[in-house]
Amino acid sequence: MSQPTAPMIAIEGLCKDYEGRRVVEDVSLTIGRGEIVAVVGTSGSGKTTLLRMVNRLVEPSAGRVTIEGEDTRAQPPHLLRRRIGYVIQGNGLFPHRTVAQNIGTVPRLLGWDRARIAARVKALLEIFQLDPAEFAGRLPHELSGGQQQRVGVARALAAEPHLLLMDEPFGALDPIIRAKAQEDLLAIQKSFGTTIMLVTHDMDEAIALGTRIAVMDQGRVLQYAPPEDIIARPATPFVDALLGRGDRPFRLLSLGHVRDLLEPGTAQGEPIGPEASLREAFAECLWSGRDALPVIENGQALGIVRREALARQAGRPQ
Amino acid sequence: MQASAVPLARPRQGQFRFRLDLLGVVIAALGFAGLFLPFAAFRANRIVPGEGAQLFIALGPVWGVVLLSASLLVLAVALLRTPARLRLAASLSALLLLLVLIGEAGRHLTPEGDALARVSPGSGFWVLLAAFALLAADALSRLALSPLMRIGLVLGLAAVLAAILLSGAWDALSVLREYENRASAFWREAETHVLLAFGSLAAATLVGVPLGMLCHKVRPLRAATLNVLNMVQTIPSIALFGLLIAPLAWVAANVPGASALGVSGIGTAPALVALFAYSLLPVVANTVVGLGAVPRAANDAARGMGMTNWQRLAGVQMPLAFPVILTGIRIVLVQNIGLATIAALIGGGGFGVFVFQGIGQTAMDLVLLGAVPTVILAMGAGIVLDALVELASPQKRGRS
Ligand SMILES: Nc1ncnc2c1ncn2[C@@H]1O[C@H](COP(=O)(O)OP(=O)(O)O)[C@@H](O)[C@H]1O
Ligand SMILES: [Mg+2]
Repeated sequence: MSQPTAPMIAIEGLCKDYEGRRVVEDVSLTIGRGEIVAVVGTSGSGKTTLLRMVNRLVEPSAGRVTIEGEDTRAQPPHLLRRRIGYVIQGNGLFPHRTVAQNIGTVPRLLGWDRARIAARVKALLEIFQLDPAEFAGRLPHELSGGQQQRVGVARALAAEPHLLLMDEPFGALDPIIRAKAQEDLLAIQKSFGTTIMLVTHDMDEAIALGTRIAVMDQGRVLQYAPPEDIIARPATPFVDALLGRGDRPFRLLSLGHVRDLLEPGTAQGEPIGPEASLREAFAECLWSGRDALPVIENGQALGIVRREALARQAGRPQ
Repeated sequence: MQASAVPLARPRQGQFRFRLDLLGVVIAALGFAGLFLPFAAFRANRIVPGEGAQLFIALGPVWGVVLLSASLLVLAVALLRTPARLRLAASLSALLLLLVLIGEAGRHLTPEGDALARVSPGSGFWVLLAAFALLAADALSRLALSPLMRIGLVLGLAAVLAAILLSGAWDALSVLREYENRASAFWREAETHVLLAFGSLAAATLVGVPLGMLCHKVRPLRAATLNVLNMVQTIPSIALFGLLIAPLAWVAANVPGASALGVSGIGTAPALVALFAYSLLPVVANTVVGLGAVPRAANDAARGMGMTNWQRLAGVQMPLAFPVILTGIRIVLVQNIGLATIAALIGGGGFGVFVFQGIGQTAMDLVLLGAVPTVILAMGAGIVLDALVELASPQKRGRS
């Protein structure tokens, strides 16, 4: 039985050996409810293997995983997996099934009645900005890459899982669609409160999405901390290298919003919104050669954000 | 005027230009030659050598002129660049005219009340038939008809053929004289032929698809099975039929009840077993290839979403492999319809009976009585199954 006070996922001493080679080495992590944990590392570092041990697509060699306090080995793997959303790179949509049938996969496995499945599919398509009348009957190859990716996420969320596992879900998208998909994911996560464990090789993506980041190398988790801590105090030279020295101040700025540095006053030129990132604001100051930018929300002046304050914010936290 | 200012020689839309069609040149040459070859052959009885009758002798002046002018018109359509629809309409009309008029040649050449005289299609007829059929096939492929329309076309052609046969238009032709003398044998052998071709296909599908699934799952089994089946395919068919005589005769003699079920060294049973053995490789191989081609990500997603192995097999792997398996079944069916002819050599029956009897008696008409239905059956099955394969592939189906 699931316990309401237990963490969403507790990973304890998890190991995986392939042909005598250890590809995941003694990993322990806990992931709280409503968190987005980004597992980041170079290719071959064991991220996918770690993720797949959570829904038992890979059986651990040692250690255990509990979800909401319940050992994952307590039930047959296929029943466990129906409770957990799963999204992979290249989306893995069934090419012979329509968008609606793809999204309805897990509800159908769970034995929901037709009307309930149809209603759920319609609601999800609307959430993902795909007109049900137009898209429900289409086959996956009749969609663009970005649309396929959204259907993949909608399918994973169809049975309202508390937990969503994502393996490089945005890896195949071009940068603009990718940024939009990340934004959408954050919005959906906020409204559903779903806990997400997401694998990526892209540090920018990990910082943009994660409430905490687990940095992996050669099967081990080197550091598990919120993004600002990872940026400010990388635990090992490897983490430091992964962050890229030249980008650190800007990565730090990308975590904050203009609203956080708002000051009274007025300034000239193109205004900026309060929800824009500090990184954007700083870039705008440098580019337009201004010392301060006016901050405006819905046509109402809120104040200014100053270049000097932004620059101070970009320094190593004390 | 500068050279670069000269517009490229491109026909403007709606403006008719005389430009040659490449394949059309071949078709026109073929058809033109066909007009000068004997249209029909006349023999005093069924086994003496025939003498050719040119178009006007075979058909008389009226029908001779009709066929000549119609053929020249259609060959002109073939020769020039014309719309595919026009080419199709022209070739189908020419084919229909040709088929009806060969019956007319039969009536025209047969002396009143002569039951022994034989009239059969001559080389000119066959060459014209080939030319018009080529034109029709080319027009069809240019039109890129939808699968359902292609199936409809096959059914339509079958209906036209049946109508010509039932109308009695061909009754004076020697093939139908042969048919008249053995109508009941014809339908019995037709039934056997279909049973041999479809029965062995059904058995091969029932055994081959599960065997293919097993080979997909158990890697070591795959190479071994495919090697053995490959070897079977290399045995010449007549040898394979022969090889089965001894073991099946032994089974019939020693297994109680086997001979009561129709098992014997010669006859339909060994023919069925041999055709089954030939059919197995394409079915097993295509099942393995089809299952192997299921996208990794789709398989992974199916597992990750909580499908059991059976649900994944039935709901994802088999539907995705189905078009490829169906392609294997198409190969087998067309192959078996042809190979079933050889079954007659070991007493297995089928249309081959007429072919081999005809060869023995040097009666070409009898050979045709066996060969023509076999060819028509194989071509029809091929076109229909091709259309079904296309219908089964979601990627190729148009938006609904
Ligand atoms: N099924 C398997 N059999 C053998 N080795 C594997 C298997 N799956 C993964 N590996 C190996 O484990 C290591 C980690 O792989 P993976 O978890 O996919 O890394 P990542 O997702 O970080 O790129 C790699 O060296 C990979 O080759
Ligand atoms: Mg991976």
